[in-house]
Amino acid sequence: MNYLEHIGKYFLMLKQVFKKPQKWSVFREMLFREIEDLGLKSLGIITFISFFVGGVVAIQTALNVDSPFIPKYLIGFATKRSMILEFAPTFMCVILAGKVGSYISSSIGTMRVTEQIDALEVMGINSLNYLVLPKIIATLFFYPLLITLAMFLGIFGGYTAGVLTDLFYTEDFIYGIQLDFNPYFVKYALTKTLVFAFVIATIPAYHGYYVKGGSLEVGRASTQAVVWTSVVIILLNYFLTQMLLG
Amino acid sequence: MIEVTDLYKEFNGVPVLKGITTTFEKGKTNMIIGQSGSGKTVFLKCLLGLHKPDKGIISFDGRKHTELDITTQRQLRQEIGMVFQGGALYDSLTVEENIMFPLKMFADQPRSEMLDRVNFVLKRVNLNDANKKFPAELSGGMQKRVAIARAIVMKPKYLFCDEPNSGLDPNTATVIDNLIQEITDEYQIITIINSHDMNSVMEIGEKIVFLKNGVKAWEGTNKDIFKTENEAIVKFVYSSNLFKKVREAYLNETK
Repeated sequence: MNYLEHIGKYFLMLKQVFKKPQKWSVFREMLFREIEDLGLKSLGIITFISFFVGGVVAIQTALNVDSPFIPKYLIGFATKRSMILEFAPTFMCVILAGKVGSYISSSIGTMRVTEQIDALEVMGINSLNYLVLPKIIATLFFYPLLITLAMFLGIFGGYTAGVLTDLFYTEDFIYGIQLDFNPYFVKYALTKTLVFAFVIATIPAYHGYYVKGGSLEVGRASTQAVVWTSVVIILLNYFLTQMLLG
Repeated sequence: MIEVTDLYKEFNGVPVLKGITTTFEKGKTNMIIGQSGSGKTVFLKCLLGLHKPDKGIISFDGRKHTELDITTQRQLRQEIGMVFQGGALYDSLTVEENIMFPLKMFADQPRSEMLDRVNFVLKRVNLNDANKKFPAELSGGMQKRVAIARAIVMKPKYLFCDEPNSGLDPNTATVIDNLIQEITDEYQIITIINSHDMNSVMEIGEKIVFLKNGVKAWEGTNKDIFKTENEAIVKFVYSSNLFKKVREAYLNETK
């Protein structure tokens, strides 16, 4: 199947996904389950990575800025900017594409090969709407919160690195993070997060839903899903940056 | 009554069903048999609406399934119960939740009433004390019973079973066969079973449709199957010595 056919099939899938849920109470139940599976269960890894990435960015900047003509508050400023603009929305979403994408793809793929999706269809349930829509809503709702948390933790990680390494004064760092704060950058980061959240929920769902074969094919679909989700995130990141900041 | 007229289906230019015409009546256990690759599963999936036929008509009590839009097709499917080969139970749900699932989706009942219905069907399939267990904790036979319970919980008019006995020991297979037949008689539904198991065919096959290379090669009852001279079905059913002897004994007895 060529790429154009996949793209067409993906959009036809979305057409089935965006239908009114057949029963709101069941949809609500699924939504809370997905918020837990796709959002809350990712809190740990996002906390851990963003904290250390923030620390590393601060240390790297401190080690590379040793000229007396460059003010030390630039370390805090650079950490804040890189966390808000790139590391939190893009890097964390690529991490989530790996963690959550493989989960979505393999869980839906297993349902496909064990005929559980056929069972839904035979019952008269729109399986795409039932399985995918709660995932989209859950990621759209929860990932902006997760990424905002990642921004704070990244900056806090940078501050902690300063305290622990004595590479810069914490007063300088705090001055740097307060300097020239532009709320539009947060808006830009959250806009990107919403787009990436949609991609993380739908591309792996597509790969899982249309899998054919057995467990080996489910594994392959899962790998494909992670690769394509990451590729699409990176490409969209480029275009969104050009559109929103260019 | 389910009426199938001139049903055609092909995949990538390869014909799988080549003009099948047959009917399935209310209160009868109908069986579709045939070798692997004969088109049984595709036929069943066409009846269920999981495959769209290329040509032909499938009519459920006068409602032409093949001509309905997807929303009306989904409404019709709510009258269908299906037992899949592997059970197709939802791994993350308990037995109780699995059976309650169609009720939660389509019935506007309080939870207590749904629970009563779940317990009733569980009792009907002789499965007690399994409510809180997950499918992975059940034996193959128990999973099949849960699948049957889930299929009948909505009081369907049509029951479809894909190889309900596969992977079961002969004793459990007989229990499942009897259960399906009892349910068919009790609720007066149309039951269609896709099977390889010749014991089931002989025991409960009130109507048998034999498919060969996508064509209906023979149809009749489990009594006719002993007497038939049709070469294709004789070769298929009596490929084992045991069944040859059973047939000889039956024919000698009825002379």
